[in-house]
Amino acid sequence: MSVRGTPLPVLTVLCGIIVIWYAAAVWMNATWVYDQAERAGTSVTFAEMVPQTMAQARPLLPPPHQVAAELWKGVAGQAVTSKRSLVYHGYVTFKGTMMGFGLGIAFGVLLAMSIVRFRVMDMSVMPWAIISQTIPIVALAPMILVVSNQMGISGRDVPKAIIAAYLSFFPVLVSMVKGLRSPDQMQLDLLRTYGASEGATFLKLRLPASMPYFFASLKVAIAASLIGTIVGELPTGAIEGLGARMLIGSQFGEPLIMWGALFAAAILAGLLILGVGFLERFAKARMGVPA
Amino acid sequence: MMWLAGTLVIWLAAWALNARIAASDWARTKAGRAFVPVLFGVTLLVVWEGLVRGLQVQPVILPPPSMIAAKIAGSLPILWQDFAQTVLKGALPGFVIGCGAAVVTAIAIDRSPFLQRGLLPIGNFVAALPIVGLAPILVMWFGFDWQSKAAVVVVMVFFPVLVNMVAGLQASERMQRDLMATWGASYWQALWKLRLPAAMPFLFNGLKIASTLALIGAIVAEFFGSPIYGMGFRISTEVGRLGLDMVWATIAVAALAGSALYGLITLIERGVTFWHPSQRH
Repeated sequence: MSVRGTPLPVLTVLCGIIVIWYAAAVWMNATWVYDQAERAGTSVTFAEMVPQTMAQARPLLPPPHQVAAELWKGVAGQAVTSKRSLVYHGYVTFKGTMMGFGLGIAFGVLLAMSIVRFRVMDMSVMPWAIISQTIPIVALAPMILVVSNQMGISGRDVPKAIIAAYLSFFPVLVSMVKGLRSPDQMQLDLLRTYGASEGATFLKLRLPASMPYFFASLKVAIAASLIGTIVGELPTGAIEGLGARMLIGSQFGEPLIMWGALFAAAILAGLLILGVGFLERFAKARMGVPA
Repeated sequence: MMWLAGTLVIWLAAWALNARIAASDWARTKAGRAFVPVLFGVTLLVVWEGLVRGLQVQPVILPPPSMIAAKIAGSLPILWQDFAQTVLKGALPGFVIGCGAAVVTAIAIDRSPFLQRGLLPIGNFVAALPIVGLAPILVMWFGFDWQSKAAVVVVMVFFPVLVNMVAGLQASERMQRDLMATWGASYWQALWKLRLPAAMPFLFNGLKIASTLALIGAIVAEFFGSPIYGMGFRISTEVGRLGLDMVWATIAVAALAGSALYGLITLIERGVTFWHPSQRH
């Protein structure tokens, strides 16, 4: 359900969030300022304290402009190939996300096809597919990394893609099962009177009918895939990717690195969702669905 | 070779049995519906065991289920301590606080279409963000113990539940609302008797998503710092010393906890939204 109209409400809420953010930054960073003053044997008034909460090197909560500056430094202030560039780390995460996304789509669609075709698959696999999503995959993440290492797969692309695929296959599976079953009995009967084979029924009726469901699930799947990739970058020894940046920021006590990586991830998520939305519109236009 | 051949035979036999059941009348009964997936699950375990033994896979790559079961039986106190720390202290309070806050927020902004139009797109966007990334920051703020885990869970579950609840509060139909108005129902009466019940299917949808997110949040937060127990801590340290049987034992507990939480929510949903078409069989 999209609410069209003026962007005024959204802007108002955004402004509200920024105001609250600044207030929280002053409140949370004030302790450090007062501590410093006490150590130096001086006292600070409220008016002196506020500016000092805005520009700390290691703030508890960096105010928005510091995060924006860090983002700008990470995106525009470095060569794109530099290890300190957020574009570089974002690209590593993007690559992992797309691999997991592709793998998840392929697995989800194939599983959905066999579930719709074979009743025994539906009865035995579907409950386990649901249960698989209640298992916190992140528990598996460190182990997938270690095991793939021992099996001689170097690099972290494959394990990351597996984790991302695990999270993203499920929405595709559920929607595709729904979509492939969406043609009603009349349409199926019509194709039978044409003497259409099972393959033809699938290609000409079931597959086109499932497309709206498919694209609706892609938005959920790409977000899940990004989460999976970032989680796959978190544990032990990762050096590349936005998740690894967060871990590094956490270990070295550099909150600005963490916040920069966090917002870079948010921007990446936004771009990915926009991209999928664009793909959906393009496919709809090609298939002749009225907008 | 014996192991491999035996595994193959058992797998084929179980699959044939399942196929027969699925094609028979028994598939329409409750028992048949329960039996088929259970047999499939058991077969998977048997195949796993057989393949690991038959191919002589190293336990540091993949331990057989029997070894994992023995580990679970042998280290119940540790597993319980981890479970209590991560699930009972971290995930559950965070889940309750986060979902509660989301429901209250949804009702609070219910009377203001302006706030709704502002919050809904932002909420939808934030719900798609990798919020797990906040984990290191919240661990820095709230310390290594369970408070930081609960905080991560609160942030993670808040937005999916909020978005679903706001959508749910708009789910009642115009006719139904008009009927309430003709009866002279006040805002709160209409909310309590019509719109809240109508919102329940949406709310439970959000709660189900939140239940898996809660466990993910609590476990990931432990990767960034924890006391010397907890499921996330156990997994990351045991992986480091290649104690994969312990890792799998913890995963089994996590899977059980996740499924139990999900099942519990489904049960409550069945009781609360008994009127909804999806619950009538």
